[in-house]
Amino acid sequence: MKGNRLNRRDFLKWSAVGGVALAIPPSLGALVRKQPARQGESLSKTKLRQWVMVIDLKKCDGCVTIDKPPQCTEACIKGHYVPEGQQWIEVYQHELPGGGTYFMPTPCYNCENAPCVNVCPVGATYQTPEGIVLIDNNRCIGCRLCMAACPYQRRFFNWGQPKLPPEAHFVKSSPEFPIAKKGTVIKCMFCAHHVVNGELPHCVSGCPMKALYFGDLNEDVATNGVEVVQLSQFLAENNAYRYKENLGTQPRVYYLPGHGEVFGRKATDPAKRQESSWPTEGESSNGR
Amino acid sequence: MAASDYRERLEATLFRPLFHTTKGYYALVLFLSAVVAWGVYAYTVQLRQGLIVTGMRDVVMWGVYITNFVFFIGISHAGTLISAILRVTHAGWRTPITRMAEAITVVALLVGASQIFLDMGRIDRILNVIRYGRFQSPLVWDVVSITTYLTGSLIYLYIPMIPDIALMRDRLGAGLKKGIYTIMALGWTGTENQKHRLEKAIGVMAIVIIPVAVSVHTVVSWVFAMTLRPGWNSTLFGPYFVVGAIFSGIASIIIVMAIFRKLYHLEEYITIQHFKYLGYLLLVLNLAYIYFTVSEYLTVGYKLQVEEKALLTLLLVGKMAPWFWFFVVGGMVLPAILIVHPKTRNIKGLVFASILVNVGMWVKRFVIVVPTLETPLMPFDYGVYHPTWVEWSLTAASFAAFTLAFTLFAKLFPIISVWEVAEGAKEEAVPVAQVSEQPALGTWST
Repeated sequence: MKGNRLNRRDFLKWSAVGGVALAIPPSLGALVRKQPARQGESLSKTKLRQWVMVIDLKKCDGCVTIDKPPQCTEACIKGHYVPEGQQWIEVYQHELPGGGTYFMPTPCYNCENAPCVNVCPVGATYQTPEGIVLIDNNRCIGCRLCMAACPYQRRFFNWGQPKLPPEAHFVKSSPEFPIAKKGTVIKCMFCAHHVVNGELPHCVSGCPMKALYFGDLNEDVATNGVEVVQLSQFLAENNAYRYKENLGTQPRVYYLPGHGEVFGRKATDPAKRQESSWPTEGESSNGR
Repeated sequence: MAASDYRERLEATLFRPLFHTTKGYYALVLFLSAVVAWGVYAYTVQLRQGLIVTGMRDVVMWGVYITNFVFFIGISHAGTLISAILRVTHAGWRTPITRMAEAITVVALLVGASQIFLDMGRIDRILNVIRYGRFQSPLVWDVVSITTYLTGSLIYLYIPMIPDIALMRDRLGAGLKKGIYTIMALGWTGTENQKHRLEKAIGVMAIVIIPVAVSVHTVVSWVFAMTLRPGWNSTLFGPYFVVGAIFSGIASIIIVMAIFRKLYHLEEYITIQHFKYLGYLLLVLNLAYIYFTVSEYLTVGYKLQVEEKALLTLLLVGKMAPWFWFFVVGGMVLPAILIVHPKTRNIKGLVFASILVNVGMWVKRFVIVVPTLETPLMPFDYGVYHPTWVEWSLTAASFAAFTLAFTLFAKLFPIISVWEVAEGAKEEAVPVAQVSEQPALGTWST
């Protein structure tokens, strides 16, 4: 009888061995980064969206021809209660090799191989199955390693108590619709709260030139709110490129080269874009 | 007869500071505490208002806290070199400095790790690192590596101290202090069996601690090297940081050694030879660091990729040039000359060289962290960073805390291992044939 009985020492020993054995497979899985699904192949079976943005630089004049600050940035600031100094979508004036400049609206690229997601120590920033990089600012510890890792400088830190318009205080912050919190990181999230309802992101609907398109790689469709295009063809025929493609980050934002020529802007036009404004008043607490 | 005289003098010299406290000591502790208290005040300001009170912003989002972090974790490698590497190679001359070196390690690790807490935006969520920790993150590698090194170093500081703690237990009359020493001495009576176990434990720890220490500064460098940033995106960073860490670690030992030698009158035990041997080691690491620095910047500067070029311009001729060239000349070239030249190869010269090395290495860490972040990755101008009074206050408080912890440690425990030095003196009395079995560095005598 005694031989069959499990004594306490053995029980503890085997439960420890079992515990370790059970813990190994999931932790191994965690060590290997999830492979991004190949476009259009395995994902179409799961019927998931694969959100992307296309920015037609031929139509982007930095809003200088209408003499206003970039309207995409303005719409974003209003729609997200973006704190002073932050521009989740920022319009850079980029130099052309042959002289002159073009305007480059820059949201978060929501990279497929996102360096920021890889380095987060607490999993506060993560990728949704639909390809959007979100931040849970209730979990973020404010170490800013993701900002160091982002090769596009598209992440912002709330250095002090962010100044918010009064109505923002009634909104519950979520990764899909974050409200700025002191000591945490924040950025563009492709308006995850909108697209889930079939609405376009604020910047896309806010662009008076209709230069911004939002779409789904799986459904192979994109729209700027006026026209609907077949995404693959649209990208191929307009020589689409992604910024700093060589880094291997696989951004989900495509650019179609141009310098606002559709609205008559010449590359050598010296016009400088106007500065954005924030609804809150007082000293700027963020930015460079 | 002579041996017991030596032992008596040794104990008298080393236990004296433990039982007699001078006015100067109280003044020093008071001053250091005041600086730390000022730092605590500065930190409450930062907690209340957020990191907005620092000079950091979205472009340059790390500054002197991260610089201090790398600096202190760097000098924590002092202990490993002296007490582990020299112990493993039986370099007998190391005996009087092992404890100082290991104490530097423990204190520097504590101060270094706390820099990360100062830098965090949400210190209240620190436990998230344990609750949600992801092993893909280099920061979690740091947490694991540094806590392992700290635990190991505490054990490695404590174990060789047991016989000395037992000595103090025996010397003290009843009281709280005696009670604490009694518990800490773990019933040490100095039997052969106990000695055998102690030697074995020290031997194991000496070897185990070496790879842990190497891993520490390697993963510290990987926090930077795992990013796509000019100047950080380097395969060399791990070894570059480890060599730099031991370099500044040796310099720290030389400084600490000189201070205690003077204040505690340890001239008999810490001699010019100790300074010279450490000076040679410092020179070796100095040359290695020059070699690494040249390979790092030449391989990048030869090709001049867009962002790397912007960074090098900033470093070599731009706004950061004074810092960079101070590090090159003051932190590497000048110390090397001071060590090599026979006229300056004395205690004063070597201490001055060590101070230069440590200042230079702090500056080097600053020019690793800040200029890379100032280099624009998007089409805009260079970022700017000016540390504020809060950051400087917390930096001063960190250095004060380091000194204060050291001062208190030296008040509670003998700063030189009494039993090891006594045994070393006994060994010297044995015939030459036995001594010569030890490697060359171990054979010199006072």
